[in-house]
Amino acid sequence: MTSTKSINEPTMATTAKDSPSSIEAKGLCHSFGEGDTKVQVLHGVEFSIRRGEVIILMGPSGSGKTTVLTLVGCLRSVQEGSVQLLGEELNGASETTLTQMRRRLGFIFQAHNLHESLTAAQNVGMGLEVHGIRGEAAWRPASERVLELVGLGERIDFLPEKLSGGQKQRVAVARALVGNPEIIFADEPTAALDKKTSKQVVSLLRRLADERQTTVLMVTHDHRVLDVADRILMMEDGRIVEEKSTSESIEIPQ
Amino acid sequence: MITALLAKVFGRLPIGWLQLRHNLTRLVTAVGGVTFANVLIFMQLGFMNALFETSVMTHRMLDAEVIVASSDFRSMREANPMPRSRAWQAMTIEGVEDVIPMYLGQMFWTNPLTDDTTQFRVIGVDPDQQVFTVPKLQAQLSQLREPDTALVDRKTRDFDPEIEQQLAKGERLEIEMSGRRLTLIGMFAQGASFADDGSLIVSDQTFLRLFPQRKPGTPTLLLLKTDPSWKPETLAATINQQFPEADAKAFSKSAFIDAEQSYQARQTPIGFVFGFGVAIGLVVGLVIVYQVLSTDVQDHLSEYATFKAMGYAPRFFLSVVFEEALCLAALGFIPGFLITNVLYVIAAKVTSLPIEMPWSRPLFVFVLTAVMCTASGAIATRRLNSADPADLF
Repeated sequence: MTSTKSINEPTMATTAKDSPSSIEAKGLCHSFGEGDTKVQVLHGVEFSIRRGEVIILMGPSGSGKTTVLTLVGCLRSVQEGSVQLLGEELNGASETTLTQMRRRLGFIFQAHNLHESLTAAQNVGMGLEVHGIRGEAAWRPASERVLELVGLGERIDFLPEKLSGGQKQRVAVARALVGNPEIIFADEPTAALDKKTSKQVVSLLRRLADERQTTVLMVTHDHRVLDVADRILMMEDGRIVEEKSTSESIEIPQ
Repeated sequence: MITALLAKVFGRLPIGWLQLRHNLTRLVTAVGGVTFANVLIFMQLGFMNALFETSVMTHRMLDAEVIVASSDFRSMREANPMPRSRAWQAMTIEGVEDVIPMYLGQMFWTNPLTDDTTQFRVIGVDPDQQVFTVPKLQAQLSQLREPDTALVDRKTRDFDPEIEQQLAKGERLEIEMSGRRLTLIGMFAQGASFADDGSLIVSDQTFLRLFPQRKPGTPTLLLLKTDPSWKPETLAATINQQFPEADAKAFSKSAFIDAEQSYQARQTPIGFVFGFGVAIGLVVGLVIVYQVLSTDVQDHLSEYATFKAMGYAPRFFLSVVFEEALCLAALGFIPGFLITNVLYVIAAKVTSLPIEMPWSRPLFVFVLTAVMCTASGAIATRRLNSADPADLF
């Protein structure tokens, strides 16, 4: 099972160019509310992301970034338009399909959403139990390795209440990475982190993209991290208005 | 230790238990609620069974394999006499070794010193026969050959302690009952029932003097001693076939007890009243556990949404809540069971009822509690299952 492999163990690398598209959105529309209070937030969003790309989604608040992220991340049912995720159509997908799909994704939320009753290692372990790796003995080594990777080797058995905001966020990152997801979705992942840790987290995501062809879709306002992206999609009023390519000027920080 | 055990049982990290343990106040409240519900249910069942049990205490003491009563028998209290000739007939049946007639009646006695009235079940038997299974009682039976003497139930409801002391010292006590002098010469232990305050055992001769309207040839019951190689049920069926006029009916001892208890269940409100009490206990527990579990689910909604986003299926959340429910059921049951045992002793003392804990009752109550907690848990997760993860953050 691939999910048991260590995160820093390189898998076969293919170039981004000939890999199939990872996420493809066409005519994606979405509204909240019903009747008179119905507000349309997305008006035909279209984009395509290849495997192994790091994409940043930017735009003013209320432009629909998070809605896009939750729609393509299987966290919200698609109302109108089409989303092809890893070759699977999400519009009209059954709850079972969505659950299956979610296991192939990694999510880093703005709020860490760690379970307060579980230690850092157990929180990360939950990311492996979902793949059928049951029992602390089974997931403990992988959990420790990923926590070390995000610089929390000393905090493995701490409950969230004993961790700082930045440390909690890094546990959440570790939890998202531990299952070796094919796509990582991140919503403001660096909001609670200082400059140094932000750099560490985003360069980790960049490395995953380069070494294991993990696709990364990130919503952020953080200008410090823009340089890791292959492309930046700008959103405004529920549409993608501009696309910037940064790949020429990119420097991968080590 | 509990964590490791639950991890084995559920084959996953026992999140439910870790979650409960994390919020001690909530855990204590919930366990308290379950304990309360358990005690309530245990007490209701205890009283109900005791009342059913008291109605057959005399039945259980009888040293007979088969018992013959009048054909319209429903309850010992209302049993009609039958012709004595049935006794001779029963004797002729193969497998029957001995037949002992027994007379039953009710009689009031007013204690002249306290003015308290006691209703006795009066049992009249031949003092030379082996009638009772209780050795201490059977040993005293021969003393009843002396006319107008009686053995009295020391567990009679509100039994005068002075009389008890006097009899315990071996002294005799004369009382007056329905215009006749009766001498109490000994005691036995049976207990009060729903219908009677206690029992009085006399010889058949004394019985007929106390109840002059009863003809000597009309016993209430026939106690049949049988050859052990015959099954009592088979023998009872044979006897029923052989009684020509269908004015008497034979029961095996256990069928006789069952007949009395089912009559009590049908004819008295005992079953309904206490069954209702059990239902109230269940509802109280259900409400408390539901409150606790649904608050708990509510408080962890964003964590659960995260789990859902990670690909956990709805049955995972159901199993977490069931895990919590089972923990609450088990943790509440232990103190509930211990408290009940103490209360049973106290209640038995106060009411003179035989309140006991049969082995099957804790099992029954635990299963009931577990079902109750699980149902509460299932209701508590409804919202979680229907929502998109993104709506739950």
